[in-house]
Amino acid sequence: MTGNGEGTLTRKDFASDREVRWCPGCGDYAILATVQGLLPDLGARPESTVFVSGIGCSSRFPYYMDTYGIHSIHGRAPAIATGLAITRPDLDVWVVTGDGDALSIGGNHLVHALRRNVDITILMFNNEIYGLTKGQYSPTSPLGIVKKSTPMGSIDRPVNPVALALGAEATFVARSIDTDRQHLTEVLTAAHRHRGASFVEIYQNCNVFNDGAFAALKDRDTKAHNQIRLTAGQPITFGPDGEHAVVARGDGSMKIVPRTDAGERVVVHDPHKREPTTAFALARLAHNPTGPTPIGVFRDVEAPVYDELLREQLDAARERQGPGELRALLEGGNVWDVIG
Amino acid sequence: MTETAARHRVQLSNAVIRFAGDSGDGMQLTGDRFTTQSALAGNDLATLPDFPAEIRAPAGTLAGVSSFQLHFSDKDIHTPGDRPDVLVAMNPAALLKHLEALKPGGTLIVNADAFEKRNLAKAGYDTNPLEDGSVTDYQVHEVALTDLTLRALQGQVEAGELNKKEAERCKNMFALGLVSWMFHRPLDDTETWLTTKFAKRPELARANVAALHAGRNYGETTEAFTFTYEVKAAKLTPGRYRNITGNQALAYGLVAASVRSGLPLFYGSYPITPASDILHELSRQKHFGVSTFQAEDEIAAIGSVIGAAFGGALAVTASSGPGIALKSEAMGLALATELPLVVVDVQRGGPSTGLPTKTEQSDLLQVLYGRNGEAPMPVVAATSPADCFDAAIEACRIALTYRTPVVLLSDGYLANSAEPWRLPEVDDLPDLRVEFTTEPNGEDGTFLPYLRDPDTLARPWAVPGTPGLQHRIGGLEKEDVTGHISYEADNHQRMTDLRAAKVAKVADALPPTPVEDPDGAARVLVVGWGSTDGPLRAACHELRGRGRAVARIHLRHLAPLPRDLDELLRRYDRVVCAENNSGQLAMLLRARTLVDVQPYTRVTGQPFSSAELMEAITTLGFGTGQAATTATTDNGEVGR
Repeated sequence: MTGNGEGTLTRKDFASDREVRWCPGCGDYAILATVQGLLPDLGARPESTVFVSGIGCSSRFPYYMDTYGIHSIHGRAPAIATGLAITRPDLDVWVVTGDGDALSIGGNHLVHALRRNVDITILMFNNEIYGLTKGQYSPTSPLGIVKKSTPMGSIDRPVNPVALALGAEATFVARSIDTDRQHLTEVLTAAHRHRGASFVEIYQNCNVFNDGAFAALKDRDTKAHNQIRLTAGQPITFGPDGEHAVVARGDGSMKIVPRTDAGERVVVHDPHKREPTTAFALARLAHNPTGPTPIGVFRDVEAPVYDELLREQLDAARERQGPGELRALLEGGNVWDVIG
Repeated sequence: MTETAARHRVQLSNAVIRFAGDSGDGMQLTGDRFTTQSALAGNDLATLPDFPAEIRAPAGTLAGVSSFQLHFSDKDIHTPGDRPDVLVAMNPAALLKHLEALKPGGTLIVNADAFEKRNLAKAGYDTNPLEDGSVTDYQVHEVALTDLTLRALQGQVEAGELNKKEAERCKNMFALGLVSWMFHRPLDDTETWLTTKFAKRPELARANVAALHAGRNYGETTEAFTFTYEVKAAKLTPGRYRNITGNQALAYGLVAASVRSGLPLFYGSYPITPASDILHELSRQKHFGVSTFQAEDEIAAIGSVIGAAFGGALAVTASSGPGIALKSEAMGLALATELPLVVVDVQRGGPSTGLPTKTEQSDLLQVLYGRNGEAPMPVVAATSPADCFDAAIEACRIALTYRTPVVLLSDGYLANSAEPWRLPEVDDLPDLRVEFTTEPNGEDGTFLPYLRDPDTLARPWAVPGTPGLQHRIGGLEKEDVTGHISYEADNHQRMTDLRAAKVAKVADALPPTPVEDPDGAARVLVVGWGSTDGPLRAACHELRGRGRAVARIHLRHLAPLPRDLDELLRRYDRVVCAENNSGQLAMLLRARTLVDVQPYTRVTGQPFSSAELMEAITTLGFGTGQAATTATTDNGEVGR
């Protein structure tokens, strides 16, 4: 695919002239490269693309894109992106955020952007740590983690970002991994195609403060055992030889059983199911990526899009009342004349 | 309306009426209707609604008392009046709370039915004030409002159209009918209004109209009322008028700014008293292309507005003090990114949740300085309900011209009170058209997002979707001209200076400060800002009538302050600054000019009365407590 036919853009057309300043080895580089490489294939135009971010390492992302962008304040990127998306339907609005930015200080805005179904694409880089403030535990850090602010271990129960997004009834929810370029490209392509709010959790390695948090999913010898790849229409099985399968329990939750025991009970993945219940049960399979963890698109359903509904109301009002006449507005209600 | 010959029809220049009752008695609505009737009769007027913050305080208690005061006149007036000539008290609590304000000899209409043991006890009366001599100084009319209303609606109740409770609720219309009769006000408009309001329940419309008529007929037939009163139409500047509240005028001003700038209005806000009515009003203006967004919180509200401004909309958010506090970090972002947006602060009493339904001017220092870092922002204040229209346009003008967030200050009093508004000619409104930058401005074809216009120091407004001008903005310090991130020491100093200079530039384009000093002989200057304009104007006018030469200025722009202010303040022997806070502007004026400004301050949740201001100006400005030698007044604004 070569864009929109107006000449072929390449990843260079989306890279700004700014020096990228993440720590050497940071997972953010891989995500940046993937996004820059992906946008030409999506038919994106640099001038019609906007990246909005909050605060944190990931939130420096807009500076490295040769698109429009706002590096804003901590946690508020979804709100800023909402105002932009509402007023400018012609733009492609992306939010780049981290686990601290999106789930701690910005949890409120994330939930509301998702439940409103504003047409934005949210990329949440999850490294389970606060990198910019040098290594405190984050809302996704596992219970008991020992970090600078938790010398005796964290007693915060971590949030499951995919489950949270599904709880907000987000219409598109997915998870991918920074270094798995092909998978990330597929997921982001689907997220971009989706009308309404898309939420993509990207496991991202912070090699300085939380190195190897996702090793179980990424290491050559363990990843086949631990990546549960979700493919629409396919039974959910995994393992080097497909020896594990996901089946539903009687109470609606899910569990992993040997493929040989599963028989016909293997769950067939359907991200287009209206009810988010199955997707939620899948999300609950892994609360931290130290064991088998689903990656891929959990949910992808069509639903009314907030900004489209708003514009429909504006159009309907114009149709009903005609275009606004200022004089008529001012004269509304009871008026009287004073003659000189 | 017919006139009973035996009665005296008294011509008054003006009158002040206060309706007071339980918050379930419909006093705000009654006051609103009487206001409209007076406006249609051509009076100049000013209103003061006052209601509890509780949605429904316990019925019959002091906490539940709601009141509405209306001052109407055959002359130009500036305040809702200090003390009422007529008090309508629907229950003992309302009487206890408001009797003190009633002018000696004033007319007191009470709902006699409500003065029974239980209600008296709830209000805290040991004895019945109607019987124990408490009200002997007044012309008291004990009217069985409840009973008379029930009797008027007996037919409808018997026919099963209404229950007794619904019938009883119409007693406010009975009271309105009676007072309307006293002041020769036609009822047609209220009848039409009731019919529309209760279009879905015509039986309720009939009942309310019937109660209204019963009240009028009661006045006409009973012999209790010896006098009726007439206040003729005011000689106002010719033109077309309507009655308007501050919040409504402010909303209209924003729509007008949208029309005159050609930019779609985006309004993001979170409900808060007393600013919510702006959201309600704007949400009805979708045919103007107005997008309203009810955000999840105050921070999201201003965040959405920053996004909309980046996209090229006329972006506005509004709140009250507590909400402004939450918005302050984002206001800093808007300032650093130099995007045009307007932040409306409809001030209420504070701190914290404070007095949500009362008025105060105590957010001045908050909006001037309540942000981290050196964060200057233009601040504009509205002076009257109708002026909220012009002030909104002015705030938008500054934001769009200088590419900066601007604060527009209103307050609880302006928000809810009403006055006649002479409609402006649309073509006379300021031209606010802006041009987005569409071409590179760097020598080598690059785009420099912080290259400034030398006249305004505004940076280019290049909106997403414009090819070749891609750029990134944010809260980190910007390198001058390029807008790249910069932690360089000298650059931070330069950018700080530039941002301050840009805001200071707003003052360059302002006309000289108007000074109200009719004889040019004044040695005392009174300074005010915001909603105190009316009472200060009335007080100074009255003082001049009593031989006190006093000059007055009223500030529209609180930041930057007018250039001629220093010279102006030094011109007078004495400067008095009156404000509904603990002396915030006075402190600023002292710091800036080193003039020994005398503050007069009060924070009771109520606007100033002109009488207290006369007293204060006399004491602080003339060094004597003798405000007046006589108690005669031509417009009755001073009840002494």
